[in-house]
Amino acid sequence: MIFGLMDVLNLAHGSFYMLGAYVGLTVLGVTGNFWLALIAAPVALCVIGALIEVVFFRRIYREGHLMQVLLTFGFTLVFVDLIRWRFGPQTHSLPTPPGLEGAVHILGVTFASYKLFVILFASMVALVLLLAWRRSRVGAILRAGVADREMLGLLGIDLKRVFTGTFAFGAALAGLAGVVVGPYLGVYPGMDESILVLVLVVVVVGGLGSIEGAILGSLLIGLAYAIGPLVLGGFEAASIFAVMAIVLLVRPQGLLGRRQ
Amino acid sequence: MSRLRRFRLSRWLGQAAFLLFLLTVPAWAPNRFWINVASQALIFAIFAMSLDLLLGYAGMPSFGHAAFYAAGAYAGALWALHLSPDLLPLLSIGLIAGAFLALVGALALRARGIYFLMLTLAFAQVVWSVLSNNQLASVLGGDIGLIGVPRPVLPFAADVNLFRPANFYFLTLTVAAIVYIALAAVVASPFGHTLEGIRENEGRMESLGYPTFRYRLAAFIIAGALAGLAGMLGGSFNFSATPATAFWTTSGLAMIAVIMGGSRSLVGPAAGAIVVVLLQLGLSSLPARGLAERWQLLLGLVFIAVVLFLPGGLYGVLRRRAA
Amino acid sequence: MNLSTNSVTVRFGAVAALQNVSFKVASGERRAVIGPNGAGKTTLFDVITGQRRPTSGRVLLDDADVTGFSVWRRARLGLARTFQRSTLFANLTVAENLAIAIRSRLKVGSRIWPSRVEREVGAEVSSRLEMAGLPALRHRLAWRLGHGERRIVEIELALARDPRLLLLDEPMAGLSGAEREAAVTRLRALPEAVTVILVEHDLDVVFAIAQRVSVLDHGVLIADGTPVEIRANRRVQEVYLGGVD
Repeated sequence: MIFGLMDVLNLAHGSFYMLGAYVGLTVLGVTGNFWLALIAAPVALCVIGALIEVVFFRRIYREGHLMQVLLTFGFTLVFVDLIRWRFGPQTHSLPTPPGLEGAVHILGVTFASYKLFVILFASMVALVLLLAWRRSRVGAILRAGVADREMLGLLGIDLKRVFTGTFAFGAALAGLAGVVVGPYLGVYPGMDESILVLVLVVVVVGGLGSIEGAILGSLLIGLAYAIGPLVLGGFEAASIFAVMAIVLLVRPQGLLGRRQ
Repeated sequence: MSRLRRFRLSRWLGQAAFLLFLLTVPAWAPNRFWINVASQALIFAIFAMSLDLLLGYAGMPSFGHAAFYAAGAYAGALWALHLSPDLLPLLSIGLIAGAFLALVGALALRARGIYFLMLTLAFAQVVWSVLSNNQLASVLGGDIGLIGVPRPVLPFAADVNLFRPANFYFLTLTVAAIVYIALAAVVASPFGHTLEGIRENEGRMESLGYPTFRYRLAAFIIAGALAGLAGMLGGSFNFSATPATAFWTTSGLAMIAVIMGGSRSLVGPAAGAIVVVLLQLGLSSLPARGLAERWQLLLGLVFIAVVLFLPGGLYGVLRRRAA
Repeated sequence: MNLSTNSVTVRFGAVAALQNVSFKVASGERRAVIGPNGAGKTTLFDVITGQRRPTSGRVLLDDADVTGFSVWRRARLGLARTFQRSTLFANLTVAENLAIAIRSRLKVGSRIWPSRVEREVGAEVSSRLEMAGLPALRHRLAWRLGHGERRIVEIELALARDPRLLLLDEPMAGLSGAEREAAVTRLRALPEAVTVILVEHDLDVVFAIAQRVSVLDHGVLIADGTPVEIRANRRVQEVYLGGVD
């Protein structure tokens, strides 16, 4: 959304994911309640995202992508080091919420309950976003903005607020993802880097500015990441990038992206 | 004298003074460590300048540039380890490896803008993944890479020991100066101006009769070759070639150097490269222990500050004064 | 250079931007293409230059089928075009903008060492700037130009290629009266061998330059004739001029 609508290349998006995980960790440590943590993280990131957009990004929109790269690269360094300073370089674990530990058996296959929860939760979020994107007024505004930003401004819609809102919402979602993933991937300072490349690949494969594209892209890349190494015998990174390369060569604007 | 002329003259003088300064480094550097830092900075500067040809002049930002550097490093290392350490063949091998890999990666040229950026990132990651693959370790050294790479041997002066930091430094300085002069000539040539036109408005260039794909390919290959050259020197310097050099964040750091120094100027990126290397080292060896540990935080803050206060990069400030 | 399009149709999904347009322009002719907004005039240009592939139909330049040719190949054959919205090289100077066009014509765009021919290019840039009345703007960055200046440089870019077929897409849009007159004079002074096709809304300009006029409406070529004939054509009046003159 951020890239498609605002044309902003945000390398710090992984950092939002990481920050969300650590906010979750802190809230969990203080209250002992996973669900509170699940709410606190996106809220915190919403605020952080809005602040960053207003204070920093607004000044440099006209300077183009390269300055955004420099700025967000700087942010990643700052955030990762702040986290390392406050929490140390070790991996923390986010305890699985009570009720979701253990495993379930479905059709003879054993799933970790928490992973099942993640699948269901993510699907629900995806569904809500999809509905909002396609059916709500805000979604219509965003879709219009992706198609033609100038026009949106000419229609009297306050672009500044749309941008801040989009950025903050994007950051919040990233933070939410960080907490959700905490219990089974752990919380550690390098998690921003590991997710960032995946996210960039997904977005480009799915097509910029399209929620459906992002969903489709993540499914495709997720499968490639899981199945690829089995086929190729160990080249995990290569399988994702091979998929991306193939998709882009056949359809340069991504699966559901618009031709530029 | 007009402002523009004064700017140009001061540029010349500045460059000459800088060159003199660089020539004397081994004389006044406090110890060998700092001479080595200078070599490292110059190698990175060559890499950054080659990226500037692609990014600043041709308008094709790429996260895959480090793959060409790695190609040069590995090719140079293999050649020096198994064939011969003679300098000239080694330099050529660096150039050829970079150029060849660029030809392979030219598939990415079908795309533009962000998609090109991502395809080059993919390319770099695939290269990294092949280089670090442990099944190919017998040839490429796997995770660890190739080690024990000997320093080159000068033609006609085989007794000059390039293991000495000062001597190796002069080698890198010579190569860097030659690369700079060559690139400066290229960007001032009709070809260079054509690349700038493509950067500004590729569609218009096509309407004017330019086969833009060929130009972009040429720029890609030239930049790749020079990155390979930097890689070969880097491998020599470190006595090793490691997969990590191909990782996309290395290209990212080079891009930072180019942007900070001011793209579209060659001098800017070279300066930016030197600044980045010095910053990384300087910040991590600050006397105050607590601050030194937080060098990444400080480096990040520097980048943010540069964006907010010097949007055209360091060189951009000078350019604006002259405009 | 003569041009003909044979039954060119361009469809975007269900919408037909051009329908069966067969359009012939003789060598050296001055033709104007008029029509209400959205009639398909720019699309027609896009098909001629190669920016858009027709859904069906062919394009012939000098009786040779160029329908499969890329944009730059057609330009090399002698085609030049200006765009409705000025497409200059924003961060380059006016002189550099023109130099790029000139180098393309001289086929020296790929010389990789600083070349002696640059002096010739520089001299030609100066003389063209003089002819266009803009010598003071030589070192001005293109994005800093005023609208009228931009349109003039846009035309000069096309002219710098010494084209055999010149396509001008609303060249006068936004020009002041004096600027318009100067531009018209410049165009009328073009060598007779150059074929000129002009999309224009300003009918005074059309009648001053064109020998023949073609009228497009909703993608269909509805009339073709001398300016006088077109003026008197009932259908054209209804569709475009809005009623009896």
